[in-house]
Amino acid sequence: MIKKLIKSIGEYKKETILTPICVSIEVILEVIIPLLMAKLIDEGVYDGNMNVVYKIGLELILCAILSLVFGMFSGIFASKASSGFAKNLRRNLYYKVQDFSFSNIDKFSTSSLVTRLTTDITNTQRAFQMIIRIAVRTPLMLITSLFFAISISPKLSLIFLVIIPILAIGLYFITTTVHPLMKKVFKTYDNLNNVVEENVSGIRVVKSFVLEEEEKKKFGKVSDSIFKDFSKAEEILAFNSPLMQFSIYVCILAISWFGAKIIVASGMTELTTGELMTMLTYAIQILSSLMMLSMVLVMMTISKSSVERIVEVLDEEPDIKNIKGAINEVKDGSIQFKNVGFSYVKNKKKECLKNININIKSGETIGIIGGTGSGKSSLVNLIPRLYDVTEGELLVGGKNVKKYDIEALRNEVACVLQKNVLFSGTIADNIRWGDENASDEEVERVCKLAQADEFIKQFPNGYNTYIEEGGTNVSGGQKQRLCIARALLKHPKILILDDSTSAVDTKTDSLIQTAFKTEIPNTTKIIIAQRISSIENCDRIIVMDNGRINGVGTHEELLKNNVIYKEVYESQTKGSEDNE
Amino acid sequence: MNKQQIRKGTVKRLLSYVTKNYKKQFIAVFICIILSSIASVAGSLFLQPLIDNYIVPLLGQENPIFTDLLFAIGMMAIIYVVGIITAYLYNRIMAVIAQGVLKKIRDEMFSKMEKLPIKYFDTNTHGDIMSHYTNDTDTLEQMISQALPQVISSSISIIAILCALIYLSPILTIFVIIFTILTVIVTKTIAGKSSKYFIKQQQSLGKVNGYIEEMMNGQKVIKVFTHEEKSKEEFDKLNEELNNDMYKANKYANILMPIANNLGNLQYVLIAIVGTYFTLSGKLTLTVGTIVSFLQLTRNFTMPINQVMNHLNSIILALAGAGRIFEMMDEEPEKDDGYVTLVNVKRENGELVETTERTGIWAWKHPHHDGTLEYVELKGHIELKNVDFAYEEGKTVLHDISMYAKPGQKIALVGATGAGKTTITNLLNRFYDIEDGKIRYDGININKIKKEDLRRSLGMVLQDVNLFTGTIKENIKYGKENATDEEVIAAAKLANAHDFIERLPKGYDTMLTGNGSQLSQGQRQLISIARVAVNNPPVMILDEATSSIDTRTEKIVQDGMDKLMEGRTVFVIAHRLSTIRNSKAIMVMDHGRIIERGNHDELIAQKGQYYQLYTGAFELE
Repeated sequence: MIKKLIKSIGEYKKETILTPICVSIEVILEVIIPLLMAKLIDEGVYDGNMNVVYKIGLELILCAILSLVFGMFSGIFASKASSGFAKNLRRNLYYKVQDFSFSNIDKFSTSSLVTRLTTDITNTQRAFQMIIRIAVRTPLMLITSLFFAISISPKLSLIFLVIIPILAIGLYFITTTVHPLMKKVFKTYDNLNNVVEENVSGIRVVKSFVLEEEEKKKFGKVSDSIFKDFSKAEEILAFNSPLMQFSIYVCILAISWFGAKIIVASGMTELTTGELMTMLTYAIQILSSLMMLSMVLVMMTISKSSVERIVEVLDEEPDIKNIKGAINEVKDGSIQFKNVGFSYVKNKKKECLKNININIKSGETIGIIGGTGSGKSSLVNLIPRLYDVTEGELLVGGKNVKKYDIEALRNEVACVLQKNVLFSGTIADNIRWGDENASDEEVERVCKLAQADEFIKQFPNGYNTYIEEGGTNVSGGQKQRLCIARALLKHPKILILDDSTSAVDTKTDSLIQTAFKTEIPNTTKIIIAQRISSIENCDRIIVMDNGRINGVGTHEELLKNNVIYKEVYESQTKGSEDNE
Repeated sequence: MNKQQIRKGTVKRLLSYVTKNYKKQFIAVFICIILSSIASVAGSLFLQPLIDNYIVPLLGQENPIFTDLLFAIGMMAIIYVVGIITAYLYNRIMAVIAQGVLKKIRDEMFSKMEKLPIKYFDTNTHGDIMSHYTNDTDTLEQMISQALPQVISSSISIIAILCALIYLSPILTIFVIIFTILTVIVTKTIAGKSSKYFIKQQQSLGKVNGYIEEMMNGQKVIKVFTHEEKSKEEFDKLNEELNNDMYKANKYANILMPIANNLGNLQYVLIAIVGTYFTLSGKLTLTVGTIVSFLQLTRNFTMPINQVMNHLNSIILALAGAGRIFEMMDEEPEKDDGYVTLVNVKRENGELVETTERTGIWAWKHPHHDGTLEYVELKGHIELKNVDFAYEEGKTVLHDISMYAKPGQKIALVGATGAGKTTITNLLNRFYDIEDGKIRYDGININKIKKEDLRRSLGMVLQDVNLFTGTIKENIKYGKENATDEEVIAAAKLANAHDFIERLPKGYDTMLTGNGSQLSQGQRQLISIARVAVNNPPVMILDEATSSIDTRTEKIVQDGMDKLMEGRTVFVIAHRLSTIRNSKAIMVMDHGRIIERGNHDELIAQKGQYYQLYTGAFELE
């Protein structure tokens, strides 16, 4: 797991290694300083020797300055390494997702991918910076301080033998009881936010059913459980600082008492007053390092789940890849389904498509109709190889789709998805997704084809109108037409419209159909629609039901012999017949 | 307005949460913090007598007597025990206070939110409202449970240490103060730089995260257009910028600690040199114990100062958050001056008599100014007369709207987005109040009707279905908590929802989460229809209830709604005109006015706007 992450250090190896080195030097200097202090007091102050004071003072100043310099460098290197690491990790993750196929994306879901790329990266970065700095600093501080303490007075150091386990056990007890409680609290937080979210977006429902009081009770319950769990956790956490103080105070008292005795008994030979002070400093350094260490461990366990989620994405293998010696040219727009079966999950029981057999000639216009879940979208998604068939064979231009270079195939098969997305940028920018280098005239031409030119020109800024993220500032019908224009700009051999004119009025819809017929007669067009009027003029219409082809034929043929088609047709025309 | 003043008010108000409910506890905390800080200062001060009185005099003695030392250590132990106990107490009490205050603020915030008018929700983004519960409360929590006690304890430590320093040596203290001021200036400069870049970092992080979100949402389109390389390029640019800002922000934050620490070390050394120099040159008479003790205290002096400075930032952030929370709490709540209420009645000798029984007959209880009481049977007769309305002053969106619906009639509203259809429904249930004109319900001005009773008598089915976390049964019972299982099933059957619910593995006990995301759009709409059906309201509003459902499902939903509409007054807004053909009257709206009215046949014969819409010459959006 860690190996995958280490790769992301990349060009920041130097800083990643230099950080702990600088930290180590800083720590050692910080431990030496109290030692020199002892000397300064004993040989300088106590003995009243000003020369010694100057000499050791100079050494001390040097140490402090060096420690400052190395400390600064460790900070600079650490920030360079950690933000660089985050950059690389974010990039690697993003690139990975770009290689994902539709089924990979489905597996993770969009929102979870967003979390992994944002919050989880931030958490991991924080953990990384902590590891190369604090996780190096604290244990090293603990060990060297302990080492020097023992070298000053092994006898007095025995106190650490007693107090370190007490503090460690205490801290262990506190963190292990608090951690699960906090986890629970965070879960409850989610519930709380959920209640608020539901109320904010459903406020009209709440108010029209006059349920404000009920909702308050609901909220009160959740906020109560946060209060209880959090208080419980905080009550245990309240032991933290008294425990720390207890340990330090015991050390101070014990060192003072036994230290004084040793000094007096040995007449300042075994231990000096300066050294006594240094022992006290070390005691504080040792104990606070221990405390920091417990904090580091907690933080690392918190970020562990983030790391796991990131690695999960990095480990995911894109399941649609180019084969060796892929073909770069699609001959024509013919499509052939041979016994095609398909399921989203690799589980035969839940087949979305079964036994699909159909030949579509190049240049033909095919309509597809059927209820939700009948497999219309699944069927067309197979053509640009957004998903791979799980059974049978699918040929485009006479060759199995798997033999094509994916990019070449998708450039020839333009698909307007059911879930249309426009990106922030101008209208022209969005249209040029189809062809970056298209001329202004070309952009205008496809927009005319998609019946979008007229409304675009009505905007004050025309083609330079800025589209907000998600295309919220254009209407649904306008958005759909822009998406069609975008696909047309690719000059594809096959054009697929997956329910892409549902918000367009019938008149415009038929204008688009006519334009298709006259302007791009050689392109194979596959149109999924809810409205019969959108497809009734197609060369052939496929009626899908429950993952199977229920019937194929022209509008007239199907009206005669297909029950489903007839039913849909009647439900849609029931109103207008007797009036027109 | 003066910014400083707003802040002052915020602090006072925030403190009032503490003092109002936890006055005694807060005083106890304050005392405990003082005691605990003094105990810790006493520890450093103890070094002086330890060395000067108990070690140095005993040096060289044949039989040193340690009773005095033992006594002093005993004294110290007692002080320490007090310190430890008070530390525990204030941590513990403070935890309770902090959580209690936060709970109170959260609860108050939510109940206030429930009282706010729809306008508030329409004019503030959901993200902004949510952030009061998440970000703002989080910073507040940080402040109350951590920053506040830390700042109190640090400030007291600073004062105590300063007193101790002056007591030991006033002259050396001057050096300490000068050096401390220097340290503060240096660290403040760095902290300022750091926060400047942190703001920048947050901005670039927002940009990168925004880009990621947009691209992830459009990932499938990227694949279809083989735009992967392009999206990588753009991402790399933003990512590199973020890296730069993040590096700078972290750099300053990271070097702050080592600089502060080592300036402390430097100060320590300088004091030692100066102290010794003064003593040796005879200018001051300082004992070894005094110098040692003084040094130890200086070491402890810089720490609380740095802590206070660190926390000051988070306190300012928290106050800003608190300010936003209070701002929401101060919003004008929805007003309700209604006095006409809805009551159960029974018929006695042709008269309506109020009763507590559930008779199924409802009446408006209308107390008149002259003291008489009138009972008007609830029938569902709605009348709008010359209604004008503006969401914002000066921007009238409804002009002179008059229409009526007799009990049991179906009235349709048709028109483009922004024509004012939804606005009319917003006025009927008084989500917004009209400016001019009158709306009457069974002959009573709706301004006189108590809002909750008015809303109970109106059922609403909206285009965007909002389901709540809970079982399907709970969701259907939403409007009528005491509904029996039979009533729930009957309502589901009426809405054509029963069949699909039964087919779910857990039936009516299926848990719905995330706005019922496990169901299809059509199924969710069916549940929302059943939810209204349970309530059995005499008047219903259907706002684009079927527009985002595919045609085959729509038929089922439409059947469900048709059954539900029978015998009720219905206002229906629909996208697909086929669904409103059989309405008693159709109002064609344009720019806030009714431009055509009549039934379907009349309007088609008129060959006006409706005719054009119906034949598909216009696009409805």
